[in-house]
Amino acid sequence: MKRELVIIGGGPAGLAAAVEAHNNGINDILILERDKNLGGILQQCIHNGFGLHIFGEQLTGPEYSERFIKKVNELNIEYMLDTMVLNIDSSRKITALTPKTGVFEIEAGAVVLAMGCRERTRGALNIPGSRPSGILTAGAAQRFVNMEGYMVGKKVVILGSGDIGLIMARRMTLEGAEVKMVLEIMPYSTGLKRNIAQCLVDYDIPLYFNHTVVNIHGKNRLEGVTVAEVDEYRKPIAGTEKYVECDTLLLSVGLIPENELSKGAGIEISGITSGPVVDESMQTSVEGIFACGNVVHVHDLVDFVTQESYLAGKGAAKFIKGELSKSKKVISTLGENGIRYVVPQKINPDNVDDSVNFFMRVDNVYKNVFIEVLSEGKTVLKVKRPVVSPGEMENIKIKREILENINFNKLIFSLKEA
Amino acid sequence: MYDVIIIGSGVIGAAVARELSKYDLKVAVLEKSSDAANGGSTKANSGIVHAGYDAKEGSLKAKLNVLGNKMYDELCSQMDVKFKRNGSLVIAFDDEEVKEVKKLYERGIKNGVEGLEIWDRERILKEEPNINKTVISALYAPTAGIVSPFEFAIALSEVANSNGVEFKFNTCVKNIYKENDIFVIETNNGIYNSKFIVNAAGIHSDEINDMLHGEKFKILPRRGEYCLYDKVCGDLVNMTIFQTPTEKGKGILVSPTIHGNMFVGPNAVDIDEREDVSTTQDGLDEVLQGAKKSVSSISSRNIITSFTGIRSRTDKDDFIINVPERGAVNAAGIESPGLSSSPAIAVMVLQLLKKEGLSLVKNNNFNPYRKNTKLFLEMNEEEREAALKTNPSYGRIICRCESITEGDIINAIKRPIGAKTIDGVKKRVRAGMGRCQGGFCMPRVLDILSRELGIPKEAVEKSDVGSFILTGKTK
Ligand SMILES: Cc1cc2nc3c(=O)[nH]c(=O)nc-3n(C[C@H](O)[C@H](O)[C@H](O)COP(=O)(O)OP(=O)(O)OC[C@H]3O[C@@H](n4cnc5c(N)ncnc54)[C@H](O)[C@@H]3O)c2cc1C
Ligand SMILES: Cc1cc2nc3c(=O)[nH]c(=O)nc-3n(C[C@H](O)[C@H](O)[C@H](O)COP(=O)(O)OP(=O)(O)OC[C@H]3O[C@@H](n4cnc5c(N)ncnc54)[C@H](O)[C@@H]3O)c2cc1C
Repeated sequence: MKRELVIIGGGPAGLAAAVEAHNNGINDILILERDKNLGGILQQCIHNGFGLHIFGEQLTGPEYSERFIKKVNELNIEYMLDTMVLNIDSSRKITALTPKTGVFEIEAGAVVLAMGCRERTRGALNIPGSRPSGILTAGAAQRFVNMEGYMVGKKVVILGSGDIGLIMARRMTLEGAEVKMVLEIMPYSTGLKRNIAQCLVDYDIPLYFNHTVVNIHGKNRLEGVTVAEVDEYRKPIAGTEKYVECDTLLLSVGLIPENELSKGAGIEISGITSGPVVDESMQTSVEGIFACGNVVHVHDLVDFVTQESYLAGKGAAKFIKGELSKSKKVISTLGENGIRYVVPQKINPDNVDDSVNFFMRVDNVYKNVFIEVLSEGKTVLKVKRPVVSPGEMENIKIKREILENINFNKLIFSLKEA
Repeated sequence: MYDVIIIGSGVIGAAVARELSKYDLKVAVLEKSSDAANGGSTKANSGIVHAGYDAKEGSLKAKLNVLGNKMYDELCSQMDVKFKRNGSLVIAFDDEEVKEVKKLYERGIKNGVEGLEIWDRERILKEEPNINKTVISALYAPTAGIVSPFEFAIALSEVANSNGVEFKFNTCVKNIYKENDIFVIETNNGIYNSKFIVNAAGIHSDEINDMLHGEKFKILPRRGEYCLYDKVCGDLVNMTIFQTPTEKGKGILVSPTIHGNMFVGPNAVDIDEREDVSTTQDGLDEVLQGAKKSVSSISSRNIITSFTGIRSRTDKDDFIINVPERGAVNAAGIESPGLSSSPAIAVMVLQLLKKEGLSLVKNNNFNPYRKNTKLFLEMNEEEREAALKTNPSYGRIICRCESITEGDIINAIKRPIGAKTIDGVKKRVRAGMGRCQGGFCMPRVLDILSRELGIPKEAVEKSDVGSFILTGKTK
C-alpha cells in the first residue's frame, strides 16, 4: 500500500506529529503502534505532572495523552494498533507485522519516527553477582504495579535516581513496600528536582549520592545487595561495602533512544544522544524521514516532546507538499564547555518560522552560569541560569533574524561562569 | 518400574535419553532443576563444538570429541537446531606459543582431526582483520563449530520425550540403594525404581557415584565467566579465536555466537560452592583484559549481559565413563569438550548399558525429527500464512529485540517438555535474550505463561522454585 505520511509510534510524540501534519493540510496519515493502545509510555505514568507548559495545568500521563488521542479521533486520523514495524529502508518502504494480516509493506511519502526509548538494564551495567528474580527495570515494575495491579516486592532498593525510579519509590511505598534507599553513582541526580522532593523527601527515603551496587546475592529470589561508595572515577572505594537485605532491586539507570529501525534505514545517529541527527524541521539525514520525542533524545518533560513533535509533523507536511527548502545554507550546532549536546544539530534558516528552540543537556551541576551562544567567536546570545543540572533539560530560543544573520556555519553553545 | 533412570538433564542426560528412546524401553530422566539444560554446565558454556586437537591422544576426551563433532551435522539438521562450522583459530604471539601451536597441530593429526592448517600472520589478518597485528601464527581448524548449548540439549530432550522418555523436573536424587537387584531411588519427589541407572549429574556426579559405591573421585568445581555483546558487535570475528592454552585451560576466547552476538570468556577460578554461578568484578575485568590480548578493540561498551558457567573438573584427567556398580553407568566429570562429545558419549553409555545386560529392542516408531520448530519471522510466506490461520498471535511481536512473536512463545510452552518459566521461554525462543534483556517483554511473557499454563501470575517463576516475580496484588 501507499500512504502520504506514516508515523511510527503512537506515544505523545507520534500523536502530536500526526495532529500537526493534519493541521498543515495532510489527510492521508497512518500511525503504526505496536501496543494495544495509543499513548506510549504515558499510559503507565499515573502520577501528576504532565502538561504544565502546553496546557497550563497538571495532568496525569493518561490524561495528557487522552487529549491527543481525542484530537486524532476527531480529525479521523487512521491508526493501526498491535502493529509492529520491523524495518524501514532509505526509500521509506516500511515492513510491519500485525496479527490480522501478517507481514505487510507500505510505501510512504514521508515518515515520522517516534519510537520512544527503552530502559538500560542490569546487563548493560555489568553488575556482578548472582542472577535471581527480583531485579527489574523501574519501568517494568511500573507497568506491573500501575497497569496490571501486581506488586513486585516487599523490601526495595532502587539503583539510579532517574525519574521513573523516583516515582516508583513513592509508588512502592504507598503500596506498602519498604523502600530502603535510592543509590546514585553520580554526585547529582538525573531526575527532576520536584520528583526528589515529592517522591523521596516527603516519604523519608534516603538518597545516597556517589553510591552504587557492587554485588547481588540470592540464588532464586534476590536476598540482598552489597552497596559501596565510589570515588571521583566512579570506582568503588574498598572498605565502604555494606550489605543491604532486600528482595527487590529496581533499576533506573538511564534510557536509550530506540533506534534499531533508524539504523536500518541508514540514518546518521549521534554518538552522544544515541538518537538521529536532526535539523530545524526534525528531518533526519535521510530525506523525508523525520524524528521526534524520546527517539531523538531523552526528554524529562512531555511538553517539550509535544513541541518538538509539532515541528516534525509540520516539517513532514511541508516535505510532502514540496515546500521544504533545500537551500545550501546550513548551520551546525555544537555543545562545548559543559554542554553535552544540542538538538537540533543542523539549521537551515529558510525553514524557520519565527525562532528555533534549542534543547540541550549539561554534563554536571553548575551554579551561576551563562549559557552562551557563539558564532565565529562572537556572542550571539547569553542567558543567565542560577543552576543547571544534567537532570533538567535546558532550552534556548533563537529568532530567525539572528540565525539569518549568522555568516559562519557553526553555532557553539557553551557554559560560562557568571 | 523403569528400565533405565537417567540422573541429570544436562546435555549428557539428554543425549543418552535420545539414544535410549530408539529402543523399546521405559526411561525417565530425574532432574533437580525446573527445566532441561538449566541446572549445570550445559546452561552456561562456550557453545563451541571443538575440532578435537586439545585433548591428549588416546584419552576418552580426544576420541569422543572427534567422534561427537562428526555427528553434529546430521543431528542438528534432523532436530532443526542452528549449527555452523565457523572454524577456529588458536593464535600465537611469541615463540613459546608458536611451539605450542605446532604441538596442537601434531596432536590434532594424531587424534584424527581433519583439515588442520598452520597459518602465518598475513593469512590470519586477511581472514580476521581485527586480531591484533602482533600475531605470529595460528592453528586453523575448519571443523570447529558453534551451537547454542541449551537449544541443542533441549532439542535432544524434546526428541527423547516425543519418543517416550519421561522427564521429572524439580526432582532431586537424595539416596540410592538396591533391593532384589532393583535400584531404589529416593528423591524429594517420591521414590523411583529402575533396573538400570545412568549418572549424568554433572557437578554432582561424584555424589551420585558415591551412592552407587563406585571408585572414588572428586569434583573440583571451577568457574568460568563471560561477557556477551550486542549483535552490533556480531561480526568482529568470524571464527572462534582461542589463545594458546596453558595448564589452566584454553584461555579467553573471542567468538561469534550462533545467533549473531559476540562473546568473550571464560576465565578459570577454582571455587568451593558448586552451585555458585555469580559473576565477580575481578572476573569480568580479567575476561575483558584477556580478550584484549586477541582483539584490542574489545571494551565494555555494548555488553548486554554477563554470566558464569561451572566446570565439572575432577581429580582424574579424563571423562569418567565407567560402571560404578552392576547395572549403573557413570557419565561423570564431563567437562569441556563435553558438549562436543555428547552424541558420542551417549553411544558409549549405551554400549556399557548393553554390557550390563540391558536388552535393546528397536523402537520402530522412533522419530528423530522435531516439528514446528521455526520462528514466525523465519518462515516462508506460505508457512506464515498457515501459522497465522491457526493462531493470529503469530502476528504479534512480544520480544522486540529478537523479533519473537506471541505465537512463537505459545509454541515454546506447548512443545514436548515445554517452557514453564521465564527462563524456559528465553532458552527456547530467545525472548528476553536480546539487548534489552527482557526489560520490555518479561511482563508480557509472564502474562502468556500464566494464561497458557492456567496458573496465577504470582505463581510464574523466573527459573527454579522460589524465583517468583510478583509478590501479590496491589492495594
Ligand atoms: C516513566 C517515565 C516517567 C515520566 N515522567 C514524566 C513527568 O512526570 N512529567 C513529564 O512531563 N514527562 C515525564 N516523562 C517524559 C515524557 O512523558 C516522555 O518523554 C514521553 O512520553 C516520550 O514520548 P514519545 O512519544 O517520544 O515516546 P513513547 O511514549 O515511549 O512512545 C513511543 C511509542 O512508539 C511505539 N513503538 C516503538 N517502536 C515501534 C515499532 N517498531 N513499531 C510500532 N510502534 C513502535 C511504542 O510502543 C510507544 O507507544 C516521563 C517519561 C518516562 C519514561
Ligand atoms: C565455562 C565452560 C565452558 C565450556 N565450554 C565448552 C565448549 O565450548 N565446548 C564443549 O564441548 N564443552 C564445553 N564445556 C563443557 C560442557 O559444558 C559440559 O561438558 C557439558 O555441559 C556437561 O553436561 P552434563 O550433562 O554432564 O552436565 P550438566 O549440564 O551440569 O547437567 C547435570 C544435571 O544434573 C542435575 N543434577 C545434579 N545432581 C542431581 C541430583 N542429585 N538429582 C537430580 N539431578 C541432579 C543438575 O541439576 C544438572 O542439570 C564448557 C563448560 C564450562 C563450564
